[in-house]
Amino acid sequence: MGLLDFLTYVVTGISLGSIYAIIALGYTMVYGIAKMLNFAHGDIIMVGGYASFIATSNLGLPSYASIPISMAVCTLLGVMIERFAYRPLRKAAPLAVLITAIGVSYLLQNVALLIFGASPKSYTSMVTLPTQSLADGKLTITGTTIVTIAVSVVIMIGLTIFIKKTKSGRAMLAVSEDKGAAQLMGVNVNRTIALTFAIGSALAAIAGILLCSAFPTLTPYTGAMPGIKAFVAAVFGGIGSIPGAMIGGILLGVIENLSKAYISSQMSDAIVFSVLILVLLFKPTGIMGKKITEKV
Amino acid sequence: MPVLEVKNISISFGGLKAVDHFGIKIEKGQLYGLIGPNGAGKTTVFNLLTGVYKPNEGRIYLNGVDITGKSSININKSGVARTFQNIRLFRDLSVLDNVKVGLHNQFKYSTVSAILRLPAYFRTEKAMNARALELLKVFDLDKEASYLASNLPYGKQRKLEIARALATNPKLLLLDEPAAGMNPNETAELMNTIRFVRDNFDMTILLIEHDMRLVSGICEELTVLNFGQVLAQGKTSEVLNNPAVITAYLGE
Amino acid sequence: MDKDKKNLLNRFARVAPAATTKSNTITYAILIAGFLAVQIMLSTGNISSLWKGLLVPLCIYAILAVSLNLTVGILGELSLGHAGFMCVGAFAGAFFSLYFEKTIPYAWLRFPLALIVGGLVSALFGAFIGVTVLRLRGDYLAIVTLAFGEIVKNIVNILYIGRDSSGLHFSTESKIALNLKEGGEVLVNGAQGISGTPKDSNFYIAIFLVLVTVIVSLNLIQSRTGRAIMAIRDNRIAAESIGINITRYKLIAFVISSFFAGVAGVLYAHNLSTLTATPKNFGYNMSIIILVFVVLGGIGSIRGSIIAAVILTALPEALRQLNDYRMLIYAVVLILMMLLTSDPRIAAFRAKYSPKRLWAARKTGKENL
Repeated sequence: MGLLDFLTYVVTGISLGSIYAIIALGYTMVYGIAKMLNFAHGDIIMVGGYASFIATSNLGLPSYASIPISMAVCTLLGVMIERFAYRPLRKAAPLAVLITAIGVSYLLQNVALLIFGASPKSYTSMVTLPTQSLADGKLTITGTTIVTIAVSVVIMIGLTIFIKKTKSGRAMLAVSEDKGAAQLMGVNVNRTIALTFAIGSALAAIAGILLCSAFPTLTPYTGAMPGIKAFVAAVFGGIGSIPGAMIGGILLGVIENLSKAYISSQMSDAIVFSVLILVLLFKPTGIMGKKITEKV
Repeated sequence: MPVLEVKNISISFGGLKAVDHFGIKIEKGQLYGLIGPNGAGKTTVFNLLTGVYKPNEGRIYLNGVDITGKSSININKSGVARTFQNIRLFRDLSVLDNVKVGLHNQFKYSTVSAILRLPAYFRTEKAMNARALELLKVFDLDKEASYLASNLPYGKQRKLEIARALATNPKLLLLDEPAAGMNPNETAELMNTIRFVRDNFDMTILLIEHDMRLVSGICEELTVLNFGQVLAQGKTSEVLNNPAVITAYLGE
Repeated sequence: MDKDKKNLLNRFARVAPAATTKSNTITYAILIAGFLAVQIMLSTGNISSLWKGLLVPLCIYAILAVSLNLTVGILGELSLGHAGFMCVGAFAGAFFSLYFEKTIPYAWLRFPLALIVGGLVSALFGAFIGVTVLRLRGDYLAIVTLAFGEIVKNIVNILYIGRDSSGLHFSTESKIALNLKEGGEVLVNGAQGISGTPKDSNFYIAIFLVLVTVIVSLNLIQSRTGRAIMAIRDNRIAAESIGINITRYKLIAFVISSFFAGVAGVLYAHNLSTLTATPKNFGYNMSIIILVFVVLGGIGSIRGSIIAAVILTALPEALRQLNDYRMLIYAVVLILMMLLTSDPRIAAFRAKYSPKRLWAARKTGKENL
């Protein structure tokens, strides 16, 4: 176990963490703007995975075509879910929306189970970049790792620009601060929230493709655990904060990978969740967290 | 000793000074009004007085005791009760239960007594029921005791909130726009109720109001707030005739 | 609207649920009737072995549903790790029974102790989680309890505990790593769990425990403590303004809830000869199933939880063909129930056209609804 091994684990951890970051972005945006925890987010990842799988193996389309198809499917799904399951409950108690979200998550998992069965599908990675070797072959970085990190950096920059510079992006910021005031300012709250879900779901599709490229087995439950961990990452980084989601995701990926490597692979999940407990105990608002004040 | 003495409290929210060096002195038994245009910071003052917000500077004294920075829970235990601008009732509890929750710290028994249904439970519940009904009667709500709180018409919901606040046995009662949404008859009834409470419950009352009929009808002294600052303070008739005050309102 | 019509309509205004003696009597009557019905079927031999085997599980699910309702319905917070508390209680109780099998050979003494131990251990975990999460404002309880459930399952599956003449040995690697001396025995065998738990559960103890859970829950709800907890649920800021210690009462609800989940776990453990933690019995699926019971029975309704638990456990046995679709149906049920009960527009619609109100309106003559 040397420095180079450690670096390999760190880099792979950053890659894993980038996937968490992309998922966490969706969580944090929806939480910040629609003020709800979309439990079904993780399962949209799974849908993205299956959509691209069908596109490539059943429909025989080339890899690069399956990406927009998968994104389209997930975006549509996310917007429909918001429209029919969450929007009617916008004025209801938060508990009601939470339970509905659980229902949706469960629905997605079980429909996928019925359609595709429980046996894992073998996924062909989208990434064609070959493994890179550095330091005389002692440090290897897979192509998937590089692509994942690159994609997530692009996404984060793109999202930040979108939020700060475009009208829709600023509308999202306004709704996250004060729904009522935003509406009075002429912001179409329904459309803004729908857009939030759309973007989040599209990101989930990308995350799904990246996830399956890195871990090539696909089952109806593939999205669940990464979804939970991404939520932990979002809380870790500060729920509602976009840079927080990135930082939280990457840190979590590194922690998880190092735990797997140096402590135990079975305990790595427990360690990740212990991070959550520790964060909640000592700094509930997360690393970049902002305090949410309620109107009295 | 004044029941409430506030010295120069201020609070800012992200650069905006919502309340700026606010001070007030209320004597025991007074019916005091806090008025001002919308957005002047009146509810923010209430939130500061009840511990929802902590002031950035200044001090608050209740009967001589410094309560600055204390939590809402402790401030209530010290003797301050309030109602809210947008009514905050316990919607899924009955009318009676809403008041009984208000009696939480006045009539106690342990959770163990509750679960094992020891004599303390029956004894205390009986006393609580009696006291709660007494309070409801003051507000003419005793016949609706078993109704769900959310089923009451708006005017009665407001009265229930006041009853609940009274149940906590406060020395100072803060009412946030108690007459909002009421018609002239209801307002007149409310004025009588407020006077009744002050007279029979040994109460000091500070209220925020926009309804000038009520303000001039029952308030003895007023403070006018504008842009978070005190514009005028003193006897009602004087304040209401103060040209600066009139401008502040008409200029809206 | 003149005064008479108003009064008549108001008579059918919704009275606060779960808070009347009449309602309690009905609940207890249903329990007793159920017990008697089963008792009759047992003594007349009118019950198949399939249904006989279901009796204890039915009670277990009833206890789980009622206790989860304390958190979800009365406290108003979502917990997704109820199965985790069940797991903790099950293993604690089974371990206790196995450890003291020889020192306390009387089941009538040992089993109640095991029940209490299981419940207390589970309550302890509940307290820890509660203190961490319940003081925060936000929907953290759901994720933390979900994580808790997964962690507990993971840890229990790599836990090895053995006993020999020099005491207890622990390991997280294998039973060989326990280094037991001659004559030592393995009590907890990692993924193979605990075997040889005395089969102390039976229908009578089970239904008695259901009764205890119901009594404690109802007594808690209809008391000063219960009112405080529900006040926090309905309006936290108002509850604070009345001087109620939010964290303390949230904790009370959650700890009692986890206590009974643990008790249900002990019942479960002593109903099988081998206790293992699989995704099927202590995983996320199980937590969701219990949540469905609570939601379907009515969030906040203790009686509803029992009925839903019994029906939804018995029904799959009767409708075996639909077994594959069971989880899917549950998911749909969850979503539909939430939309039907919580969508404000639907709630207003139902209030306007509820049978009671329509009948009252017809009685008083023409009425503009």
